[in-house]
Amino acid sequence: MAYFMQLLFAGIVQGCIYALIGLGFSIIFKASEVINFAQGELLLVGAYVVSAGVFEWHLPFLLALLAGLLVTVLIGLLFERFILRRMIGRPVFSILMITIGLDIILRTAVIIIWGSKPIPAASPFNTISGINYGGVHIGANDLWTIAVTIVLCAALFYFFRYTRYGLAMRATALDQEAALAVGINIRTIYALAWGIAAAIATVGGVFLAIDSFAIDPTFGGAALVAFPAIILGGIDSISGAVVGGIVIGVIQLLTVGYESHVASFLGAGIHEITPYIIMIFILLIRPYGLFGTRKVERI
Amino acid sequence: MSVTVTDQKTRASSGPPRLLGSRSRWLVIGTGILLVILFFSFATEDWFSIVNYVLIAAIATLSLNVLSGYAGQVSLGITFFMAIGAYTAALLGGTPPTTSLDPQGFGWSFLIWLPAAGIVAALAGALIGPVALRLRGFYLAIVTLALVFIGQYIFMNIVPLTGGPQGRSFPTPGFGDLAFNQQNDYFGIALTAGQQYFLLILLVLVLSALFVTNVMRSRAGRAFRAVRDHEVGASIMGVNLFEAKMGAFILSSFLAGIAGALLASYTSYVTPDYWSLTLAIQFVAAIIVGGIASVWGSILGAAFVFGLPQVIDYFSLLPTGSNSGGLTSGNLNALIYGALIIVFLLFEPEGVIGLIRRVQLWMRKTNPNAEGGEPAEIIDLSSAPASRLDVEDAAPVNGDGE
Repeated sequence: MAYFMQLLFAGIVQGCIYALIGLGFSIIFKASEVINFAQGELLLVGAYVVSAGVFEWHLPFLLALLAGLLVTVLIGLLFERFILRRMIGRPVFSILMITIGLDIILRTAVIIIWGSKPIPAASPFNTISGINYGGVHIGANDLWTIAVTIVLCAALFYFFRYTRYGLAMRATALDQEAALAVGINIRTIYALAWGIAAAIATVGGVFLAIDSFAIDPTFGGAALVAFPAIILGGIDSISGAVVGGIVIGVIQLLTVGYESHVASFLGAGIHEITPYIIMIFILLIRPYGLFGTRKVERI
Repeated sequence: MSVTVTDQKTRASSGPPRLLGSRSRWLVIGTGILLVILFFSFATEDWFSIVNYVLIAAIATLSLNVLSGYAGQVSLGITFFMAIGAYTAALLGGTPPTTSLDPQGFGWSFLIWLPAAGIVAALAGALIGPVALRLRGFYLAIVTLALVFIGQYIFMNIVPLTGGPQGRSFPTPGFGDLAFNQQNDYFGIALTAGQQYFLLILLVLVLSALFVTNVMRSRAGRAFRAVRDHEVGASIMGVNLFEAKMGAFILSSFLAGIAGALLASYTSYVTPDYWSLTLAIQFVAAIIVGGIASVWGSILGAAFVFGLPQVIDYFSLLPTGSNSGGLTSGNLNALIYGALIIVFLLFEPEGVIGLIRRVQLWMRKTNPNAEGGEPAEIIDLSSAPASRLDVEDAAPVNGDGE
């Protein structure tokens, strides 16, 4: 039982990280119907800047985090302003590929600046410390991951529900022309979406790095596992990203824990694809996800 | 819409579309053949290895262009179908195992395994198509992305077929004892390994290109483009959406399977990791750089995305590898690759082919008598509609003014 509880807890932590990554996708998709394939590399850049801030420039963690936020938000805003804005109205194919172009350039820039060897993850807390409750090890960083996810989600929830700009963003997502007609500046909305998503990417990147102790340039690939999470939750839903993330995280960790005992005939590495298998089923039976808006095109 | 109407008028005035038409086109083809012969006679083996790789990549790019460029279905999963083709080839053509640990192989001729690679991949496409094609746009992209990961897992675990994580060797084409990976004499003419592969790959590429060109001029090809441009409009005009999409998916899978078999055979040893998302994205990039919905664009795009890095490795004075950072030729290539995608999408969404057409138009505008192109036929690209994808159909196909 303790084994199961341990896996469950680890899954929830993993899920919170997926949720943080997924939120970035959701916010951009909500505002502009674009899936940002470069989200993973924003994560990577954020994590690298924070680590470099702590270990190379010897900054206090919070200052390094601030530097990471600044860099990723700047990249997000510049990309949105000078590249993506010129792509409005172009086919999905082109928009998808231009974010992949950014993805390639960011990853290469990281390799050029920091090399391809893994570097240690910066963490404000002692990663070994933690408490033991009924045989389940609960690390300090795990609790922080959960706490930060909750706080961020609450903040986003408040932002979207009660603030002027949050409302404007929801209006834009619902109907762009109507939003324009009531005087919402769509450019500001897009910029805001990219800014928030980039900032969340840094936070997600830092926690993902802490979770895996080190970062290397392939790290951005982890963001791809957030796709199943956001599809499960509904791609345009904030709460969906969180629920989807946690469900996928728990299922994945349980598969990791039990694949060798229960289902060894499935071979090695099944846990790497369980999220995708779940995603395909969801897409077939309920493509708008658990909490998404029912407008997914299907023939 | 107005552009499409003009298009029909020009087509009507110049008779039915033909595959090999006017003098100018023959001139281009003649020059092309001459260049191929010159290359074939004088190139070194190093150059053959670059060009053969590019030509195989061109087949795969063409296959993806059928699905994504012509029919508008975004796919990141082409490497899955390439892998299916490659492993079909390996099973049918691989050397029979000598110990129980060796991967399976029947040792049949490439005349069997090469077509079979395409057919099995097409069958896989026919099975997966109905599931994947229910979705569109980003959703289809994400499902095909999942296909790549699921495929890698499956290939990793079918050890007797794929060799598992260690990988396996792939069969070399050849006639009897004359395997293409060594120098052979054919009727007294000595051909190097590169030359033999070159001939085979070029033949497959030319056949695929002619086939795709012809399909795109047929009813089916027009249906593909109609589906891409406007699904509802297409279905109102009587296009069966499912049939058109499936047709594109199966044709694309078939070509991908053949390209995969050739690629694995040419590389000779491949692990399941090889069929990655990164490789799949390179083919999408090749379409964008070369030209969406264009056969020549696929070939040029493959040359840019797959050939340029090797040429840069060859000529740049940068170190080829290092893991401590700094600019290496690999990094430079990745930067160029990323920048090419962004720059082409921003400034020339029709790719290199679009650039060439622009130059042609500009030349005819400045010199209306040359090539006999009538000004009335020239459609100004700058006034083309916002969705630039259909410009290929709008612009006069080439400089032949009859």
